[in-house]
Amino acid sequence: MPTFDRREFIQLAGLGGLVFASGLAGATSGADDFCFVQLSDTHWGFEGAPNPDARGTLKKAVVAVNALARQPDFIVFTGDLTHTTDDPKERRKRMAEFRDIVAELKVKSVRFMPGEHDASLDRGEAYQEFFGATHYAFDHRGVHFIALDNVSDPGASIGEAQLAWLADDLKRQPKDARIVVFTHRPLFDLYPQWDWATRDGSRAVELLLPHANVTVFYGHIHQEHHFMTGHIAHHSAKSLIFPLPVAGSQPKRAPLAWDPAQPYRGLGFREVEPDAKGAGWKIDELPVVKA
Amino acid sequence: MTTCFDADRRRALAAAAAVVLGAVAIKVGAASEERVIAVVARKFSFVPDEIHIAQGETVVLELSAPDVIMGFSCHELGVRTDIVPDSVTHVRLTPTKAGRFQFSCDVFCGSGHEDMDGVIVVVAAG
Repeated sequence: MPTFDRREFIQLAGLGGLVFASGLAGATSGADDFCFVQLSDTHWGFEGAPNPDARGTLKKAVVAVNALARQPDFIVFTGDLTHTTDDPKERRKRMAEFRDIVAELKVKSVRFMPGEHDASLDRGEAYQEFFGATHYAFDHRGVHFIALDNVSDPGASIGEAQLAWLADDLKRQPKDARIVVFTHRPLFDLYPQWDWATRDGSRAVELLLPHANVTVFYGHIHQEHHFMTGHIAHHSAKSLIFPLPVAGSQPKRAPLAWDPAQPYRGLGFREVEPDAKGAGWKIDELPVVKA
Repeated sequence: MTTCFDADRRRALAAAAAVVLGAVAIKVGAASEERVIAVVARKFSFVPDEIHIAQGETVVLELSAPDVIMGFSCHELGVRTDIVPDSVTHVRLTPTKAGRFQFSCDVFCGSGHEDMDGVIVVVAAG
Protein backbone atom coordinates (compact mmCIF):
# COMPACT_ATOMS: atom_id res chain seq x y z
CA MET A 1 0.00 0.00 0.00
CA PRO A 2 1.70 3.27 -1.06
CA THR A 3 1.10 5.12 2.16
CA PHE A 4 3.43 7.39 4.05
CA ASP A 5 3.43 8.95 7.47
CA ARG A 6 3.41 12.65 8.24
CA ARG A 7 7.17 12.89 8.66
CA GLU A 8 7.74 11.28 5.29
CA PHE A 9 5.04 13.47 3.79
CA ILE A 10 6.70 16.61 5.05
CA GLN A 11 10.04 15.41 3.73
CA LEU A 12 8.51 14.73 0.36
CA ALA A 13 6.79 18.08 0.35
CA GLY A 14 10.02 19.82 1.24
CA LEU A 15 11.83 18.09 -1.59
CA GLY A 16 9.08 18.78 -4.08
CA GLY A 17 9.14 15.03 -4.71
CA LEU A 18 6.42 12.46 -4.94
CA VAL A 19 3.60 14.52 -3.54
CA PHE A 20 4.06 17.55 -5.68
CA ALA A 21 5.88 16.24 -8.69
CA SER A 22 2.76 15.84 -10.77
CA GLY A 23 1.91 19.45 -10.26
CA LEU A 24 5.23 20.97 -11.16
CA ALA A 25 4.82 20.88 -14.89
CA GLY A 26 2.03 22.79 -16.49
CA ALA A 27 0.18 23.65 -13.31
CA THR A 28 -2.38 26.37 -13.67
CA SER A 29 -0.94 29.53 -12.24
CA GLY A 30 -3.06 32.08 -10.47
CA ALA A 31 -3.66 30.31 -7.19
CA ASP A 32 -3.03 33.33 -5.03
CA ASP A 33 -1.65 33.38 -1.56
CA PHE A 34 -4.44 32.14 0.65
CA CYS A 35 -5.29 29.38 3.04
CA PHE A 36 -8.32 27.43 4.14
CA VAL A 37 -9.00 25.52 7.32
CA GLN A 38 -10.37 21.97 7.45
CA LEU A 39 -12.25 20.76 10.51
CA SER A 40 -13.77 17.32 10.61
CA ASP A 41 -15.79 14.84 12.60
CA THR A 42 -17.02 17.10 15.35
CA HIS A 43 -19.79 14.62 16.28
CA TRP A 44 -21.86 17.18 18.14
CA GLY A 45 -24.17 15.28 20.50
CA PHE A 46 -21.70 12.52 21.35
CA GLU A 47 -21.42 11.68 25.01
CA GLY A 48 -19.01 9.18 26.52
CA ALA A 49 -15.73 8.41 28.18
CA PRO A 50 -13.59 8.90 25.04
CA ASN A 51 -14.18 12.64 25.43
CA PRO A 52 -15.25 14.00 28.85
CA ASP A 53 -15.33 17.48 27.28
CA ALA A 54 -17.57 16.51 24.37
CA ARG A 55 -19.69 19.63 24.82
CA GLY A 56 -16.65 21.87 25.01
CA THR A 57 -14.25 20.62 22.35
CA LEU A 58 -16.01 22.12 19.33
CA LYS A 59 -16.28 25.46 21.09
CA LYS A 60 -12.57 25.34 21.88
CA ALA A 61 -11.85 24.60 18.23
CA VAL A 62 -13.87 27.65 17.20
CA VAL A 63 -11.83 29.77 19.60
CA ALA A 64 -8.59 28.27 18.24
CA VAL A 65 -9.55 29.02 14.63
CA ASN A 66 -10.58 32.56 15.55
CA ALA A 67 -7.19 33.04 17.19
CA LEU A 68 -5.18 32.12 14.08
CA ALA A 69 -2.80 34.93 13.18
CA ARG A 70 -3.88 34.72 9.57
CA GLN A 71 -7.57 34.11 9.10
CA PRO A 72 -8.42 31.61 6.35
CA ASP A 73 -10.32 32.58 3.22
CA PHE A 74 -12.80 29.86 4.06
CA ILE A 75 -13.41 26.98 6.43
CA VAL A 76 -14.65 23.54 5.47
CA PHE A 77 -16.19 20.91 7.73
CA THR A 78 -15.72 17.50 6.10
CA GLY A 79 -18.61 15.66 7.67
CA ASP A 80 -19.95 14.06 10.82
CA LEU A 81 -20.93 17.46 12.10
CA THR A 82 -23.28 15.67 14.48
CA HIS A 83 -23.25 12.29 16.17
CA THR A 84 -25.95 10.03 14.85
CA THR A 85 -29.25 9.52 16.59
CA ASP A 86 -32.22 7.37 15.60
CA ASP A 87 -34.58 10.22 16.55
CA PRO A 88 -35.14 12.68 13.64
CA LYS A 89 -36.17 15.43 16.07
CA GLU A 90 -32.99 15.03 18.10
CA ARG A 91 -30.96 14.95 14.86
CA ARG A 92 -32.32 18.37 13.93
CA LYS A 93 -31.72 19.68 17.44
CA ARG A 94 -28.08 18.66 17.23
CA MET A 95 -27.72 20.25 13.81
CA ALA A 96 -29.22 23.49 15.07
CA GLU A 97 -26.86 23.53 18.05
CA PHE A 98 -23.89 22.79 15.82
CA ARG A 99 -24.89 25.57 13.43
CA ASP A 100 -25.20 28.04 16.29
CA ILE A 101 -21.79 27.15 17.72
CA VAL A 102 -19.92 27.50 14.44
CA ALA A 103 -21.72 30.79 13.77
CA GLU A 104 -19.17 32.17 16.24
CA LEU A 105 -16.39 31.65 13.68
CA LYS A 106 -15.00 35.00 12.62
CA VAL A 107 -14.66 33.81 9.04
CA LYS A 108 -18.12 33.75 7.54
CA SER A 109 -17.31 31.76 4.44
CA VAL A 110 -17.95 28.28 5.81
CA ARG A 111 -18.55 25.18 3.69
CA PHE A 112 -20.22 22.08 5.04
CA MET A 113 -20.41 18.45 4.02
CA PRO A 114 -22.29 15.58 5.59
CA GLY A 115 -20.86 12.46 7.16
CA GLU A 116 -22.72 9.20 7.56
CA HIS A 117 -23.69 10.21 11.09
CA ASP A 118 -25.47 13.28 9.66
CA ALA A 119 -27.04 11.87 6.54
CA SER A 120 -27.18 8.10 6.22
CA LEU A 121 -30.38 7.49 8.18
CA ASP A 122 -32.54 9.91 6.19
CA ARG A 123 -30.53 10.21 2.97
CA GLY A 124 -29.45 13.71 3.88
CA GLU A 125 -32.91 15.18 4.46
CA ALA A 126 -32.24 16.90 7.78
CA TYR A 127 -28.73 17.89 6.72
CA GLN A 128 -30.04 19.67 3.63
CA GLU A 129 -32.59 21.58 5.70
CA PHE A 130 -29.76 23.12 7.69
CA PHE A 131 -26.72 23.16 5.43
CA GLY A 132 -27.89 22.88 1.82
CA ALA A 133 -26.60 20.66 -0.96
CA THR A 134 -24.58 17.58 -0.08
CA HIS A 135 -22.37 17.85 -3.17
CA TYR A 136 -21.28 20.94 -5.03
CA ALA A 137 -18.35 22.70 -6.65
CA PHE A 138 -16.90 26.18 -6.42
CA ASP A 139 -13.89 28.11 -7.57
CA HIS A 140 -11.62 30.14 -5.36
CA ARG A 141 -8.47 31.97 -6.39
CA GLY A 142 -7.71 29.75 -9.34
CA VAL A 143 -8.49 26.49 -7.58
CA HIS A 144 -11.49 24.32 -8.44
CA PHE A 145 -13.00 22.77 -5.31
CA ILE A 146 -15.37 19.79 -5.47
CA ALA A 147 -17.35 18.42 -2.52
CA LEU A 148 -18.42 14.80 -3.04
CA ASP A 149 -21.13 13.08 -1.02
CA ASN A 150 -20.35 9.44 -0.23
CA VAL A 151 -22.57 9.20 2.86
CA SER A 152 -26.18 9.99 1.96
CA ASP A 153 -26.36 6.47 0.59
CA PRO A 154 -26.19 4.30 3.73
CA GLY A 155 -24.30 1.76 1.64
CA ALA A 156 -21.45 4.25 1.17
CA SER A 157 -21.75 4.79 -2.57
CA ILE A 158 -21.41 8.02 -4.48
CA GLY A 159 -23.98 6.79 -6.96
CA GLU A 160 -24.48 7.03 -10.70
CA ALA A 161 -26.13 10.45 -10.71
CA GLN A 162 -23.39 12.14 -8.73
CA LEU A 163 -20.64 10.39 -10.70
CA ALA A 164 -22.24 11.72 -13.89
CA TRP A 165 -22.32 15.18 -12.34
CA LEU A 166 -18.64 14.84 -11.40
CA ALA A 167 -17.71 13.73 -14.92
CA ASP A 168 -19.55 16.69 -16.38
CA ASP A 169 -17.94 19.12 -13.95
CA LEU A 170 -14.46 17.77 -14.69
CA LYS A 171 -15.01 18.02 -18.45
CA ARG A 172 -15.12 21.77 -18.05
CA GLN A 173 -11.75 21.85 -16.28
CA PRO A 174 -8.41 22.02 -18.11
CA LYS A 175 -6.29 18.93 -17.57
CA ASP A 176 -3.77 20.99 -15.61
CA ALA A 177 -6.37 22.74 -13.44
CA ARG A 178 -5.64 22.81 -9.76
CA ILE A 179 -8.39 20.68 -8.22
CA VAL A 180 -9.20 19.93 -4.60
CA VAL A 181 -11.78 17.31 -3.65
CA PHE A 182 -13.47 17.32 -0.26
CA THR A 183 -15.18 14.15 0.83
CA HIS A 184 -16.03 12.36 4.04
CA ARG A 185 -15.03 8.74 3.51
CA PRO A 186 -11.78 7.77 1.81
CA LEU A 187 -12.23 7.29 -1.92
CA PHE A 188 -9.88 4.30 -1.82
CA ASP A 189 -10.05 1.04 0.13
CA LEU A 190 -8.20 2.15 3.23
CA TYR A 191 -9.68 -0.58 5.45
CA PRO A 192 -13.08 -1.84 4.33
CA GLN A 193 -13.30 -4.12 7.38
CA TRP A 194 -13.93 -0.97 9.40
CA ASP A 195 -16.07 0.72 6.79
CA TRP A 196 -13.14 2.90 5.74
CA ALA A 197 -13.89 2.88 2.04
CA THR A 198 -16.33 4.15 -0.57
CA ARG A 199 -17.98 1.36 -2.51
CA ASP A 200 -17.63 3.12 -5.87
CA GLY A 201 -14.79 5.43 -4.85
CA SER A 202 -12.49 3.95 -7.50
CA ARG A 203 -14.81 5.31 -10.17
CA ALA A 204 -14.40 8.84 -8.81
CA VAL A 205 -10.64 8.37 -8.74
CA GLU A 206 -10.73 7.14 -12.36
CA LEU A 207 -12.53 10.33 -13.35
CA LEU A 208 -9.99 12.45 -11.49
CA LEU A 209 -6.83 10.68 -12.71
CA PRO A 210 -6.66 12.40 -16.14
CA HIS A 211 -6.24 15.68 -14.27
CA ALA A 212 -2.65 16.35 -13.29
CA ASN A 213 -3.15 18.36 -10.12
CA VAL A 214 -5.72 16.78 -7.83
CA THR A 215 -5.62 16.55 -4.04
CA VAL A 216 -8.27 14.98 -1.79
CA PHE A 217 -8.99 16.07 1.78
CA TYR A 218 -11.33 13.88 3.79
CA GLY A 219 -12.33 12.85 7.33
CA HIS A 220 -14.12 9.80 8.74
CA ILE A 221 -11.13 7.92 10.17
CA HIS A 222 -10.37 10.40 12.99
CA GLN A 223 -6.64 10.57 12.38
CA GLU A 224 -4.10 11.81 9.90
CA HIS A 225 -3.41 9.48 7.02
CA HIS A 226 -1.65 10.19 3.74
CA PHE A 227 -2.00 7.99 0.71
CA MET A 228 -1.43 8.13 -3.04
CA THR A 229 -3.59 6.72 -5.82
CA GLY A 230 -1.38 7.35 -8.82
CA HIS A 231 -0.48 11.05 -8.68
CA ILE A 232 -3.48 11.93 -6.47
CA ALA A 233 -2.72 12.58 -2.80
CA HIS A 234 -5.38 11.78 -0.19
CA HIS A 235 -5.08 13.43 3.24
CA SER A 236 -7.40 12.52 6.11
CA ALA A 237 -7.95 14.93 8.99
CA LYS A 238 -8.00 14.50 12.72
CA SER A 239 -11.32 14.51 14.53
CA LEU A 240 -12.63 17.00 17.05
CA ILE A 241 -14.25 14.41 19.31
CA PHE A 242 -12.02 11.33 19.73
CA PRO A 243 -9.20 9.65 17.82
CA LEU A 244 -9.60 6.20 16.30
CA PRO A 245 -6.89 3.53 16.16
CA VAL A 246 -4.68 2.87 13.18
CA ALA A 247 -6.45 0.57 10.72
CA GLY A 248 -6.31 -3.04 11.87
CA SER A 249 -4.18 -2.26 14.92
CA GLN A 250 -6.79 -3.67 17.29
CA PRO A 251 -9.71 -6.06 16.84
CA LYS A 252 -12.44 -3.43 16.98
CA ARG A 253 -12.79 0.10 15.70
CA ALA A 254 -13.18 1.49 19.23
CA PRO A 255 -12.16 5.07 20.09
CA LEU A 256 -8.79 5.56 21.74
CA ALA A 257 -9.12 6.26 25.44
CA TRP A 258 -9.02 9.82 26.76
CA ASP A 259 -5.74 10.48 28.53
CA PRO A 260 -6.24 12.90 31.47
CA ALA A 261 -2.49 13.60 31.42
CA GLN A 262 -2.75 14.71 27.80
CA PRO A 263 -6.30 15.93 27.24
CA TYR A 264 -7.35 16.49 23.61
CA ARG A 265 -4.42 14.36 22.40
CA GLY A 266 -5.03 13.20 18.86
CA LEU A 267 -7.64 15.88 18.18
CA GLY A 268 -7.10 18.90 15.99
CA PHE A 269 -7.70 20.70 12.74
CA ARG A 270 -5.54 21.83 9.87
CA GLU A 271 -4.60 24.88 7.91
CA VAL A 272 -3.96 24.30 4.22
CA GLU A 273 -2.32 26.63 1.77
CA PRO A 274 -1.10 26.32 -1.81
CA ASP A 275 2.50 25.29 -2.16
CA ALA A 276 4.35 28.14 -3.79
CA LYS A 277 6.52 25.76 -5.82
CA GLY A 278 3.82 23.92 -7.68
CA ALA A 279 0.30 22.64 -7.45
CA GLY A 280 0.69 20.84 -4.16
CA TRP A 281 -0.51 21.92 -0.74
CA LYS A 282 1.23 22.74 2.49
CA ILE A 283 -0.58 21.26 5.49
CA ASP A 284 -0.17 22.57 9.00
CA GLU A 285 -1.73 20.38 11.69
CA LEU A 286 -2.96 22.37 14.69
CA PRO A 287 -4.14 21.27 18.15
CA VAL A 288 -7.48 22.15 19.73
CA VAL A 289 -5.67 23.45 22.78
CA LYS A 290 -2.05 24.51 22.75
CA ALA A 291 0.13 22.52 25.14
CA MET B 1 -38.07 4.87 12.99
CA THR B 2 -38.66 1.41 11.59
CA THR B 3 -36.88 1.62 8.28
CA CYS B 4 -34.35 3.71 6.45
CA PHE B 5 -35.89 3.25 3.07
CA ASP B 6 -39.12 3.48 1.23
CA ALA B 7 -40.67 0.51 -0.54
CA ASP B 8 -39.20 1.33 -3.95
CA ARG B 9 -35.74 1.55 -2.48
CA ARG B 10 -36.28 -1.74 -0.70
CA ARG B 11 -37.35 -3.50 -3.91
CA ALA B 12 -34.44 -2.00 -5.81
CA LEU B 13 -31.98 -3.17 -3.20
CA ALA B 14 -33.47 -6.64 -3.17
CA ALA B 15 -32.97 -6.80 -6.92
CA ALA B 16 -29.46 -5.42 -6.59
CA ALA B 17 -28.61 -7.94 -3.91
CA ALA B 18 -29.77 -10.73 -6.19
CA VAL B 19 -27.51 -9.43 -8.96
CA VAL B 20 -24.53 -8.97 -6.67
CA LEU B 21 -24.96 -12.43 -5.33
CA GLY B 22 -25.38 -14.00 -8.72
CA ALA B 23 -22.20 -15.97 -8.31
CA VAL B 24 -23.01 -17.29 -4.87
CA ALA B 25 -26.77 -17.17 -4.44
CA ILE B 26 -28.24 -20.62 -4.28
CA LYS B 27 -31.52 -22.38 -4.10
CA VAL B 28 -31.67 -23.80 -0.61
CA GLY B 29 -32.02 -27.53 -0.65
CA ALA B 30 -30.23 -27.88 -3.95
CA ALA B 31 -27.35 -29.47 -2.11
CA SER B 32 -28.71 -31.03 1.02
CA GLU B 33 -25.28 -31.94 2.35
CA GLU B 34 -24.40 -28.28 2.80
CA ARG B 35 -24.86 -26.97 6.28
CA VAL B 36 -27.22 -24.00 6.49
CA ILE B 37 -26.43 -21.39 9.14
CA ALA B 38 -29.17 -18.88 9.90
CA VAL B 39 -27.88 -15.41 10.77
CA VAL B 40 -30.24 -12.67 11.89
CA ALA B 41 -29.11 -9.05 11.61
CA ARG B 42 -31.02 -7.01 14.17
CA LYS B 43 -30.57 -3.51 15.48
CA PHE B 44 -27.70 -3.69 16.41
CA SER B 45 -26.24 -7.15 16.51
CA PHE B 46 -25.80 -10.30 14.51
CA VAL B 47 -27.23 -13.51 15.97
CA PRO B 48 -25.06 -15.51 16.12
CA ASP B 49 -22.08 -13.21 16.13
CA GLU B 50 -19.60 -16.06 16.03
CA ILE B 51 -19.82 -18.61 13.23
CA HIS B 52 -17.66 -21.73 13.17
CA ILE B 53 -16.83 -23.38 9.86
CA ALA B 54 -14.33 -26.09 9.09
CA GLN B 55 -11.65 -25.23 6.56
CA GLY B 56 -12.85 -26.44 3.17
CA GLU B 57 -16.44 -26.94 4.34
CA THR B 58 -19.16 -25.44 2.20
CA VAL B 59 -21.88 -23.73 4.19
CA VAL B 60 -24.82 -21.57 3.30
CA LEU B 61 -25.39 -18.43 5.32
CA GLU B 62 -29.13 -17.74 5.50
CA LEU B 63 -29.26 -14.03 6.21
CA SER B 64 -32.31 -12.10 7.34
CA ALA B 65 -32.90 -8.60 8.74
CA PRO B 66 -36.28 -8.07 10.45
CA ASP B 67 -35.79 -4.36 11.27
CA VAL B 68 -34.12 -2.40 8.49
CA ILE B 69 -31.85 -3.00 5.54
CA MET B 70 -28.50 -4.24 6.76
CA GLY B 71 -25.24 -5.27 5.16
CA PHE B 72 -23.13 -8.36 5.71
CA SER B 73 -19.50 -7.93 4.82
CA CYS B 74 -16.58 -10.22 5.48
CA HIS B 75 -13.89 -8.54 3.44
CA GLU B 76 -11.18 -11.13 4.03
CA LEU B 77 -13.39 -13.97 2.78
CA GLY B 78 -14.71 -11.93 -0.13
CA VAL B 79 -18.33 -11.92 1.00
CA ARG B 80 -20.69 -8.94 1.01
CA THR B 81 -24.38 -8.47 0.43
CA ASP B 82 -27.31 -6.33 1.41
CA ILE B 83 -29.87 -8.01 3.65
CA VAL B 84 -33.31 -6.73 2.83
CA PRO B 85 -36.29 -7.08 5.22
CA ASP B 86 -39.06 -9.44 4.13
CA SER B 87 -36.66 -11.62 2.21
CA VAL B 88 -33.92 -14.11 2.98
CA THR B 89 -30.51 -13.83 1.38
CA HIS B 90 -28.41 -16.92 0.88
CA VAL B 91 -24.66 -16.89 0.54
CA ARG B 92 -22.61 -20.01 -0.16
CA LEU B 93 -19.18 -19.93 1.40
CA THR B 94 -16.24 -22.35 1.30
CA PRO B 95 -13.35 -20.91 3.32
CA THR B 96 -10.01 -22.24 2.18
CA LYS B 97 -7.87 -20.66 4.88
CA ALA B 98 -8.09 -21.09 8.63
CA GLY B 99 -8.32 -18.18 11.04
CA ARG B 100 -10.65 -15.59 12.54
CA PHE B 101 -12.31 -13.28 10.05
CA GLN B 102 -14.30 -10.31 11.21
CA PHE B 103 -17.62 -9.52 9.57
CA SER B 104 -19.70 -6.40 10.01
CA CYS B 105 -22.74 -4.51 8.85
CA ASP B 106 -21.66 -2.11 6.10
CA VAL B 107 -24.99 -0.38 5.57
CA PHE B 108 -25.34 2.45 8.08
CA CYS B 109 -28.37 1.34 10.06
CA GLY B 110 -28.56 3.48 13.17
CA SER B 111 -26.99 4.54 16.42
CA GLY B 112 -25.47 1.13 17.14
CA HIS B 113 -24.22 0.48 13.62
CA GLU B 114 -20.55 0.80 14.42
CA ASP B 115 -20.71 -1.94 17.05
CA MET B 116 -22.53 -4.36 14.78
CA ASP B 117 -20.02 -7.03 13.93
CA GLY B 118 -19.02 -10.64 14.48
CA VAL B 119 -16.41 -13.19 13.57
CA ILE B 120 -16.22 -16.24 11.33
CA VAL B 121 -13.91 -18.81 12.88
CA VAL B 122 -12.49 -21.16 10.28
CA VAL B 123 -11.08 -24.23 12.00
CA ALA B 124 -8.06 -25.80 10.33
CA ALA B 125 -8.73 -29.13 8.64
CA GLY B 126 -7.39 -32.33 10.09
